[in-house]
Amino acid sequence: MNFVMPDLYPASAEIFLLVMACVLLLVDLFAGKGRRWLVYLLAQLTLAGCFGITLSTLDGQAVTTFSNMFVDDLFADFLKLVLYPAVAVVLVYGRGYLAARNLDKGEFYLLVLFATLGMMVMISASHFLTIYLGLELLALSLYALVAIDRDSARATEAAMKYFVLGAMASGLLLYGISMVYGAVGSLEIAEVGQRIALGGGNRTVLVFGLVFVVAGLAFKLGVVPFHMWIPDVYHGAPTAVTLFIGSAPKLAAFAIAMRVLVTGLAELAEHWQVMLMILSALSIALGNLAAIAQTNLKRMLAYSAISHMGFMLLGLLAGIVGGDPRFALNAYTSAMFYAIAYVLMSLGAFGMILLLSRAGFEAENIEDFKGLNKRSPWFAAIMMILMFSMAGVPFFVGFFAKFLVLQAVVAAGHLWLAVFAVMFSLVGAFYYLRVVKVMYFEAPTDTAPIEAPRDMRFLLSANGIAVALLGLLPAGVLEYSMWASYAFLVGH
Amino acid sequence: MTGIPLLSLAIWLPIVGGLLVLATGPDRNAGLARPLALAVAVAGFLVTLPLYTGFDGRTSDMQFVELASWIPRFNIHYRLGVDGISVLFILLNSFITPLVVLAGWKVIEEKAAQYMAAFLIMSGLMNGIFSALDAMLFYVFFEASLIPMYLIIGVWGGPNRVYAAFKFFLYTLLGSLLMLIALIYLFFQSGGSFNLLDWHALPIPLEAQKLLFFAFLAAFAVKVPMWPVHTWLPDAHVEAPTGGSVVLAAIMLKLGAYGFLRFSLPIAPDASHELAWLMIALSLTAVVYIGFVALVQADMKKLIAYSSISHMGFVTLGFFIFNHLGMEGALVQMISHGFISGAMFLCVGVLYDRMHSRQIADYGGVVNTMPKFAALFMFFAMANAGLPATSGFVGEFMVILGAVKFNFWVGFAAATTLILGAAYTLWMYKRVVFGAVANHHVAELSDIDAREFAVLGLLALCVLGMGLYPLPFTEVMHASVDNLLKHVAVSKL
Repeated sequence: MNFVMPDLYPASAEIFLLVMACVLLLVDLFAGKGRRWLVYLLAQLTLAGCFGITLSTLDGQAVTTFSNMFVDDLFADFLKLVLYPAVAVVLVYGRGYLAARNLDKGEFYLLVLFATLGMMVMISASHFLTIYLGLELLALSLYALVAIDRDSARATEAAMKYFVLGAMASGLLLYGISMVYGAVGSLEIAEVGQRIALGGGNRTVLVFGLVFVVAGLAFKLGVVPFHMWIPDVYHGAPTAVTLFIGSAPKLAAFAIAMRVLVTGLAELAEHWQVMLMILSALSIALGNLAAIAQTNLKRMLAYSAISHMGFMLLGLLAGIVGGDPRFALNAYTSAMFYAIAYVLMSLGAFGMILLLSRAGFEAENIEDFKGLNKRSPWFAAIMMILMFSMAGVPFFVGFFAKFLVLQAVVAAGHLWLAVFAVMFSLVGAFYYLRVVKVMYFEAPTDTAPIEAPRDMRFLLSANGIAVALLGLLPAGVLEYSMWASYAFLVGH
Repeated sequence: MTGIPLLSLAIWLPIVGGLLVLATGPDRNAGLARPLALAVAVAGFLVTLPLYTGFDGRTSDMQFVELASWIPRFNIHYRLGVDGISVLFILLNSFITPLVVLAGWKVIEEKAAQYMAAFLIMSGLMNGIFSALDAMLFYVFFEASLIPMYLIIGVWGGPNRVYAAFKFFLYTLLGSLLMLIALIYLFFQSGGSFNLLDWHALPIPLEAQKLLFFAFLAAFAVKVPMWPVHTWLPDAHVEAPTGGSVVLAAIMLKLGAYGFLRFSLPIAPDASHELAWLMIALSLTAVVYIGFVALVQADMKKLIAYSSISHMGFVTLGFFIFNHLGMEGALVQMISHGFISGAMFLCVGVLYDRMHSRQIADYGGVVNTMPKFAALFMFFAMANAGLPATSGFVGEFMVILGAVKFNFWVGFAAATTLILGAAYTLWMYKRVVFGAVANHHVAELSDIDAREFAVLGLLALCVLGMGLYPLPFTEVMHASVDNLLKHVAVSKL
């Protein structure tokens, strides 16, 4: 027996979070009902601590540990540095909503932290098994989170649906991974990439495995035709949970898609590019068309999420042209920028629903935003910024995200794909405009004052302003995304 | 060249001012919002004056150039500058804004601050469109200007305002999204530049030029609007509040025409020549057919909207006959139409504010109760019909001369507008203003007050001045128009 202690330093943020999650569990046990703020505060401190650790261990080096199963590179660090604030924002936005429904139990914070840990593992995974571990940790936490309101039939149904479909998707992914393993004899992503590049593995088996891997990823991203769970889960889950599902996990899903497809299976790019092309075209079309028919804002945002993920995939598939990775940096930067911009907008949009909700009232229908301009011109303006940004109208960040993806697609030579995408974003503009219409052109039916905690109002305002400011000055985030993508490409 | 970034001021002063007006908050502070908005609008106009006085009309180079890096990765710059073609539109836009603020002074009682702010912000955005020399900057301003107009129509518009606002937004967005693809394509073709002046010099094969031309056509034809994509305009005009109609007709339509001059013609000159027949055909259809359509309208605003489409047909006709008279005539027509159509919509607004009807049939004998107004309205109606000594005549006459030079029958068809324009405008005028007092509502009308008189009088002076002495307008544009025509005459294949 010779046990070598792995280098724990690259995973220090994950370890810190795990320890803190256990502490939180104990604190929750003894804190009792009156001291829930303590649990909340502890969760926020944990995220802040993770942020500090990741920031202080930031260096350009890619370090692997746990027998090359875990990697800490700039790509991972950058995504994590976006992830922590996103989760922290979720906690701030969701707190009042949960408290009003007596759902702000310790379990919520605990599950959110575990899900965050899962996402961090996914982001840092350099091994197919690590990916699977992270994915399951995230997924299991989310299933429980969706069902956290035990008495709600709708939430239970959504959780059940999510669980069954999610388990199936995990199965698909695992099956695909086993195919890849069978073909090349390794599960380490970089190693798989190298072996395939050297001609190892039976192509037929590999492509067969690839199909299942892509299907599994597509489910996690929620793109057509693996999108069925999205509208129901978004709709059924308590809005604070929807806010969580609809934001940060997209970053993690983006990260594993990059790791698996670009690092591991780049040699099969011609195959997965066609698959992604079909997936994204279908998602953009169906997401935008189906969103028109929705009267429920959560469902509308769910379909909008489908189309946004389709758009992000467009950026991902444009990286390799005929085996030539010349446009890789440009394309992956665009996809990453898109993912970050989407998380920012999604947080704001669901945050607005939480803002208008109060005890016994869910402001989840588009109707509930009627005449918001009368009730609160400031938050109506914030929502308007978010909606126009999602529609891709300048000067908001959503426009630049779309622009970056479109230029990557055109650079890769898919001019007609770009035309197709913009035509459907025109369709998309319609339903975003409808929300603006309801807020500005109609008289309010609900005149209750908006009662939300001050910290949430402040953060939501900052969120909206960030969407506008990043639209005016996108160069900074763009540079960071480019560095991260560059580090990612150099690393393998 | 002074050190003051005049163009940036022209763009950002109204926008920041508009945000300040927004900050005055609810309607109980409207007493503060209105004067503040007027002050910002007037200041916005004053800062554009040095653009004219300091303009060097002898050169076609870009002037008052400002350059700063915006998104360095994609070589996108904050690049501003004006030439003889664009400078006048910035002045026109900044001139119209205070008038619009004044026109909405009393009528807009609800959300007055937001109303004024929307106009100020839009004014700044449109100055941005006219002065952007970077294609992305142009595009960003071009699309962003849809937002305030969407709100103006939707919030303060008529009964069918939601339909009109959506139609306006989606129609224009459709065109501009196709243009976005064209811009990205050109970015790669030019080796990574969004500089418009680089693109002007870029050789492009004919097939690609044609595709680009159609992509630009999609964006600009909707905006002009050209027949057959004009149908959003009557709806938007009818539903928009008076100020919205004025800005729409006076400035927004010009954006499309300006786009032809900045993008289509210089970037795809061969395709422009190749497809000139199509553009001429569409323009003449607009002039003649829409002229007839205007004749049968029962709604005053709709009538003026169709008359706008018809007049803008003149503008696009002038561009695509490729001679000096035609193009300068078209530019003069654009400025003059800005004054006249703005004034016509204001006149209808004056009546609407009192009667809350735009139907011609509800009026008759207005002259008996509103003599001052009738006189001014008469003047603008005559200008709209192209009466000599008004600015409406100058542009139309130049374009017709140019068209006759190009081809007699094209000129002949264009000249029918002189008859049609007179027919629909004067017939409407006669039915509304002359005759016996139609009903007791008309009998109770009060004549225009000092504020309305000032707004209309100022516009009347502009129309008259430009009609009698157009030289100050045309001498600015000579060099640039010359340069553009020379550029377009050279093949880029």
